Amino acid sequence: MNLEQDQAEQTIDEIVASLGDTVGETRVENPKMSATGVDVFYADKQAIYGVDLDIANNEVIAMIGPSGCGKSTLLRCLNRMNDTIPICRVTGELTLDGEDIYNKDTDPVLLRARVGMVFQKPNPFPKSIYENVAYGPRLHGLSRNKADLDDIVVTSLRKAGIYNEVKDRLDAPGTGLSGGQQQRLCIARTIACSPEVILMDEPCSALDPIATAKIEELIDELRENYAIAIVTHSMQQAARVSQRTAYFHLGKLVEVGDTDTIFTNPSHELTENYITGRFG
Amino acid sequence: MNTSLLILLICVITALAYVMGRTRAQRYRNSGNPADHPHSLPRYYGYMVALWAGLPALLVFCLWTMFQQKVLTGIVAASLPAEFHALPSGQQDLVINDIKNIAIGNMSQSAADSIRADAAARYKSLIELAVWLKAGLALLVGMVGLLWGLRSVFPAKRARVFVERAIMFFLIACSSLAILTTLGIVLSVLFESMRFFGKVPFTEFAFGLHWSPQTPIRADQVGSSGSFGAVPIFAGTLLISAIAMTVAIPFGLMSAIYLAEYASKSVRAWVKPLLEILAGIPTVVYGFFAALTIAPLLRGVGESIGLSVASESALAAGLVMGIMIIPFVSSLSDDVITAVPQAMRDGSLGLGATKSETIKKVVIPAALPGIVGGVLLAVSRAIGETMIVVMAAGLAANLTINPLEAVTTVTVQIVTLLTGDQAFDSPKTLAAFALGLMLFITTLILNIIALRTVRKYREAYE
Ligand SMILES: Nc1ncnc2c1ncn2[C@@H]1O[C@H](COP(=O)(O)OP(=O)(O)OP(=O)(O)O)[C@@H](O)[C@H]1O
Ligand SMILES: [Mg+2]
Repeated sequence: MNLEQDQAEQTIDEIVASLGDTVGETRVENPKMSATGVDVFYADKQAIYGVDLDIANNEVIAMIGPSGCGKSTLLRCLNRMNDTIPICRVTGELTLDGEDIYNKDTDPVLLRARVGMVFQKPNPFPKSIYENVAYGPRLHGLSRNKADLDDIVVTSLRKAGIYNEVKDRLDAPGTGLSGGQQQRLCIARTIACSPEVILMDEPCSALDPIATAKIEELIDELRENYAIAIVTHSMQQAARVSQRTAYFHLGKLVEVGDTDTIFTNPSHELTENYITGRFG
Repeated sequence: MNTSLLILLICVITALAYVMGRTRAQRYRNSGNPADHPHSLPRYYGYMVALWAGLPALLVFCLWTMFQQKVLTGIVAASLPAEFHALPSGQQDLVINDIKNIAIGNMSQSAADSIRADAAARYKSLIELAVWLKAGLALLVGMVGLLWGLRSVFPAKRARVFVERAIMFFLIACSSLAILTTLGIVLSVLFESMRFFGKVPFTEFAFGLHWSPQTPIRADQVGSSGSFGAVPIFAGTLLISAIAMTVAIPFGLMSAIYLAEYASKSVRAWVKPLLEILAGIPTVVYGFFAALTIAPLLRGVGESIGLSVASESALAAGLVMGIMIIPFVSSLSDDVITAVPQAMRDGSLGLGATKSETIKKVVIPAALPGIVGGVLLAVSRAIGETMIVVMAAGLAANLTINPLEAVTTVTVQIVTLLTGDQAFDSPKTLAAFALGLMLFITTLILNIIALRTVRKYREAYE
């Protein structure tokens, strides 16, 4: 049993080794966040192998790859949400504005206010719409008074493109909205903390095409002010919303480059197979 | 023929019926003729015939056993001479008892007069006859049922539907037993309470401030007039329950939060059962603890800071009761807190909330309805608790909100009222039923509220 497992792991390691170095340019000028040689382990099992990647300002980077390749894991490293999983261990260097975020002095709580996250399934709190959005600003003391807070809530809802739909019922529970509205509410909630980076983990996977289109439009607008990383299983979505695309395979970053190049002229065979639907 | 043999025979007939029904259906099945293919699997025909054979026989057996005694006694009594029927009913019962005792052999025949001895002999022979008749009838019904059941084994018969329906009726019967019992309890309590309210006006009971249920036993007795103002004992119940809840809610909730959110798996695996052991300790042991350890301790502390503490105090009983119901609060709260989806916590943590902020602002509010449900169940438990109060809070019906004095509670009063030596229809005894009724209504209302909130909670996440 043990021997079998060892063999299986060895073959995975061998495959990973055979994938070679990342194809394409991992670095950008003036990166907002940057990962260098990041390895992630769940207990003894390695989930990410030596990833180098930059996230640029005013740009959407899409992370694609087959299920279980470590997209969510890498994303959760970027705002240290992995800290909530006791068996998870991260090595390598991750920086935000050049500062190491896994440094002992970095407060994960402040980091998460600067690097916001939107989850796969809409998860509004069972509170009113207003309270959902006001949650972050209240925590971080971003408002001096009620008028200030009202202002933040309304602006965030506007930016998330949902204000017109909910302006008459800010006191209604957020859980009573439709799935797409809930997801936009969650985006508003994240924006309200005035983050610098927004991480989205398959934000549209629970939504219908119309709600998805609205969110994609929204992501495109948000790009003006934030650095955005989005994990998605939809090639079309990646092609539509992102400027750069990173393809992961078995915990390795296989290829990264301009979205247009990756989708029209991928360099790595695995990327091509995945994009053309021959794999994953 | 004795009872166990009879039951064994009924079982044999039932088993036989199963085999026969099954075999017959199997024969249809094997015949290969599509028109003869039975509707259900052969074993369902077996069950059906077995039901036909076993159930009526058992029914006969049960009914006969229930009524045999009454009928035989009636027959024997009817045959006794006229003097017997002239006796008051209490003495008639005594004579009948004598006769039965002689018949069973508990009383020597020589000690009895000839009338009793004769009647006893008749009674004895009647019993013997009855036993044989019972066995014969039950077995006969069983056989007839078997034949009837076999007649209905034909391909078009929907045996599976029949069996399913029989199972449903069996389940209905079981659940109605519980409901009927509850109903019976409520009705008997209600009925006795009505008798009480016939003697003592409801307004006096519900609003009277003085509780001293000593009614005169003899007509010329002075000094104990009996007054039934229930306010002091309901106040006592509330006081002790309130003290218990002030202990149980914070401690229970905090330990639930620790267990659900902070404790590692292994700690949790140890601490949770340990905490639940608290609920398994017999209340009488808590009673000792309260009366022998906590009460003197409180008095000592009270004296040292110049407070006078009664040797039996509401505080001692309430504190210990609170400890006892900690697991009710903690265990239920732990369950609802664990049931809050991880996505809620992730959402909050992802916005930069700390762990305790997340618990305070998201997890607890989300779990609150469930927690309230748990707390209400604990309150019902506290209100119903008797033993600790008897031992540690005393019997004095003081109307006070001072937790250092002795008070008493509804359940304790019910016990003392019913263990008295008064006639069963005196107001003192009947008062117990009125108290019981009030208590029942109170806990019922609490439970309804608890169920409502729990249901509401369920809707919140679906
Ligand atoms: N909490 C965890 N404990 C242990 N292993 C985990 C945990 N979370 C993820 N993993 C493992 O890490 C690897 C990467 O998982 P991850 O969730 O990052 O994949 P993903 O690319 O997001 O997949 P998907 O597209 O299905 O969401 C998987 O092999 C997974 O089994
Ligand atoms: Mg994922």
